[in-house]
Amino acid sequence: MRGYLPDCDIRVPDSLAAALDLLAREPGVWTPFAGGTDLMVVYNAGRLKATRFLDLSRLSELRGIQEDETSLAFGSLTTYTEIRECRAVHQHFPNLVKSARVTGALAIQNRGTLGGNIVNASPAADTPPSLLAYGAELELVSPRGLRRVAYDRFHLGYKRMDLAADELVARIILPKPTGRSFHYFRKVGTRQAQAIAKVSLAAHARIEDGHLAALWIGLGSVAPAPVRARNAEAALIGKPLAALPIEAAREALLGDMSPIDDIRASAHYRSVVTQNVLGHMLRDLAGA
Amino acid sequence: MADRITLTLKVNGEDRSLSVHPFARLLDVLREDLHLTGTKEGCGEGECGACTVLLNGQVVNSCLVPVVQVQGAEVITVEGLAQGENLSSLQAAFVTHNGAQCGFCTPGMLIAATDLLNRCPNPTDGEIRDGLAGNLCRCTGYSKILDAVHSAADGVAR
Repeated sequence: MRGYLPDCDIRVPDSLAAALDLLAREPGVWTPFAGGTDLMVVYNAGRLKATRFLDLSRLSELRGIQEDETSLAFGSLTTYTEIRECRAVHQHFPNLVKSARVTGALAIQNRGTLGGNIVNASPAADTPPSLLAYGAELELVSPRGLRRVAYDRFHLGYKRMDLAADELVARIILPKPTGRSFHYFRKVGTRQAQAIAKVSLAAHARIEDGHLAALWIGLGSVAPAPVRARNAEAALIGKPLAALPIEAAREALLGDMSPIDDIRASAHYRSVVTQNVLGHMLRDLAGA
Repeated sequence: MADRITLTLKVNGEDRSLSVHPFARLLDVLREDLHLTGTKEGCGEGECGACTVLLNGQVVNSCLVPVVQVQGAEVITVEGLAQGENLSSLQAAFVTHNGAQCGFCTPGMLIAATDLLNRCPNPTDGEIRDGLAGNLCRCTGYSKILDAVHSAADGVAR
């Protein structure tokens, strides 16, 4: 059956300046998209309200992964496959590779983009927990210039973001972990591929003198948007690996989540399983 | 309605040019406009892999690709795998090992497995499962498909 064809308009700018100019002239009118792996699902179902689309896929300014001494900067059009295949990402940000590998399957990973995963703003998205665990910053671009926002302050609620109508996510910047670090990522879904997360947890820690000097935990599918587990982090930072307060951290984690019942899991299941995954992560960390 | 665009692309090695809605799905253009009905529609939401084709050498779900994004691209569908009457070694292996039952997933499986063997000529079981993870089959239980891909890979290795 032929797919749904709405009365729509589509623009395919060939430069970032042209794209930004259109967004600025008619703010809120144009829906930007890149790989289409989220947008086209809604479109095929005939549930897409938007009718004006801005295809970003030809904007070379938003492509590529750049490495310097202290960070990696991902153009927002970086695909999951490019993340999987980049040696520097494997070396410094293994959680992000794992997140990319469990996003859909290969056909999705070849098209879907890191920037799209962020601004589609699904609470169940696979890369955001890892981005939170690595202290990502977003570089936003508009005709007014560039601005940076810490990723853990970007999501303001369900599908609400600190992103103006004339702004695009240009780059995602991750500072390279320093010293002795620990990385953990776990997604719980119905199967390894093509599943939407029931819960997911990414963590990154810095270990100094047998103690947890720093810890970042990102959670998926347990709140209206991807969230940092700040209460659990606070219960653990500074503690010796030999005596991590696992029970206290599990308890604190309840203050970081506001899960709901939906088609994929119950709120109770999400709370308990996220606590269990945290416990698993901490037992791994204790042995690190 | 958006103005139709003139789409120019190469499908199975042949240059094609046609007038299409820019937001038409690549799947529909292949099936309805180019009459290449080997590519199937299963779920229409990127879950099942029945519509898998190669776009510029990469597997994609053609139900999720608006044709405005394939201007000038090269597409390979299941019809492009055989050389005339001669099946590719992978297709022949699917026949030999009964890798198809109802056949609906088979075009997508063949494209995904062709891509896998291009990238990874001697895959492990895990690599085959990873390469085919986006393609669902409700008949075979997958074991016959894995046998076929292993067999084709061995043939390539020889």
